[in-house]
Amino acid sequence: MKRHLLSAADLDLGDATLILDTAAQIDAALAGREVKKLPTLRGRTVVNLFFEDSTRTRISFELAAKRLSADVINFAAKGSSVSKGESLKDTALTLEAMGADAIVCRHSASGAPHRLAEWVQGSVINAGDGTHEHPTQALLDAYTIRRRLGRLDGVRVTIVGDVLHSRVARSNVLLLDTLGAQITLVAPPTLLPVGIGSWPVEVSYDLDAVLAKADVVMMLRVQQERMNASYFPSAREYSRRYGLDARRMAVLPEDAIVMHPGPMNRGMEIAAEVADSVRSTIVEQVSNGLSVRMAVLYLLLGGDSK
Amino acid sequence: MPAAPLHAESVDPRARTVLDSSAIGRIIDRIAHEIIERAGDEHLPELTLLGIPTRGGPLADRLAQRIAVFTEGGTGLVPVGTVDITLYRDDLRSRGVRPLSATRIPDGGIDGRHVVLVDDVLYSGRTVRAALDALREVGRPRVVQLAVLIDRGHRELPIRADYVGKNLPTSAREQVRVRLTEIDGTDEVVVR
Repeated sequence: MKRHLLSAADLDLGDATLILDTAAQIDAALAGREVKKLPTLRGRTVVNLFFEDSTRTRISFELAAKRLSADVINFAAKGSSVSKGESLKDTALTLEAMGADAIVCRHSASGAPHRLAEWVQGSVINAGDGTHEHPTQALLDAYTIRRRLGRLDGVRVTIVGDVLHSRVARSNVLLLDTLGAQITLVAPPTLLPVGIGSWPVEVSYDLDAVLAKADVVMMLRVQQERMNASYFPSAREYSRRYGLDARRMAVLPEDAIVMHPGPMNRGMEIAAEVADSVRSTIVEQVSNGLSVRMAVLYLLLGGDSK
Repeated sequence: MPAAPLHAESVDPRARTVLDSSAIGRIIDRIAHEIIERAGDEHLPELTLLGIPTRGGPLADRLAQRIAVFTEGGTGLVPVGTVDITLYRDDLRSRGVRPLSATRIPDGGIDGRHVVLVDDVLYSGRTVRAALDALREVGRPRVVQLAVLIDRGHRELPIRADYVGKNLPTSAREQVRVRLTEIDGTDEVVVR
């Protein structure tokens, strides 16, 4: 495996399978234990460098590192020297001088973790950069699908919503394609990126037409903070055409699952009764995220990091 | 498929087979008897076997089968599991990460049980130390014992085995290779 995890495209089939298998073994090793703690990364330091708000990703990485006995430093841009004008590079070099073995970075600028990786000695893990990538989310989604359906090869995954701004969609397309899944993207034409024709996916504008053939439906969040250019006429119209409600869920094949990376807008892209149904893996995805991030930290940091 | 690649190593002039299939079978039988004897009627029902992956797993399975035969099923089936110790190793930094193996703790856990750890080769003792650390997180057995197929010496920690299949004096340069049918398609122990 490479030293950093910057993009889901960094992972070939062997790497991705190793991460998923490792996560499964960690899950099994910790199942039913009172003390869910492993000594593996004792003495290592993991810095959570978050320039953008996050609940689940930051907490998940923090808990994953702590379960492996690493020391964790949480760095939020607010309240730090960044607000005095310190650059990304200087911030990173400062953290490294303090002995960080890994930097988990979230940034609103696409590509920020890639730049970071050029400056520091330790491992850099991309925890979401702008509208670009979020590889550990894709890994935990793949892990969730494999646990529920027992396989990834040939699984038909439909990803619905704001693909244009979604780093979750981008990473999922790259990773799930590597793992052999068949991907269909569904979105209004305004929310599909330019160049989608070169992606290894099928594209549809009509959700109802594809649901009957989906083993997995992954709903993307409508990112209100990025909805500043009239991508669709109204929230109600979006919800009616691209929202997953009980009527649409009934069309899905029997074992199909419904996923959402969170945070969700109940009533917008996903109806509350769908989010709370037995098909929904939304809560599972969160706990699976912990195992997958432990696996990533172990594989990147467990050995000699130099 | 010709069998040649499988035997390529045993054609190595320096390699010698120290245990063949029937010898391994006799050792398993003897250790099974010893475990029964040492546990006694009182503690036999508390017996749990835990193999250390990779090859401790099948060895623990075989021991459990033989114990069931020798006690004529009187104690019921012996719970068998595996405990992977990779995440507890102290040499990850120097030797790099490796894929994990399965950990399966039998239903009912290990609290108060008479646990026998099973491994193929006892060498530095570091694997056993890691296994003891792993067990501590899982529960509190009443007793922990250690059974190994081969004890090749060169201990680096104050650890000894309770049941030894064969003491095999080796030099540190030699390699002891245990092969088991379940994993390698054949039963033998080779030194090279």
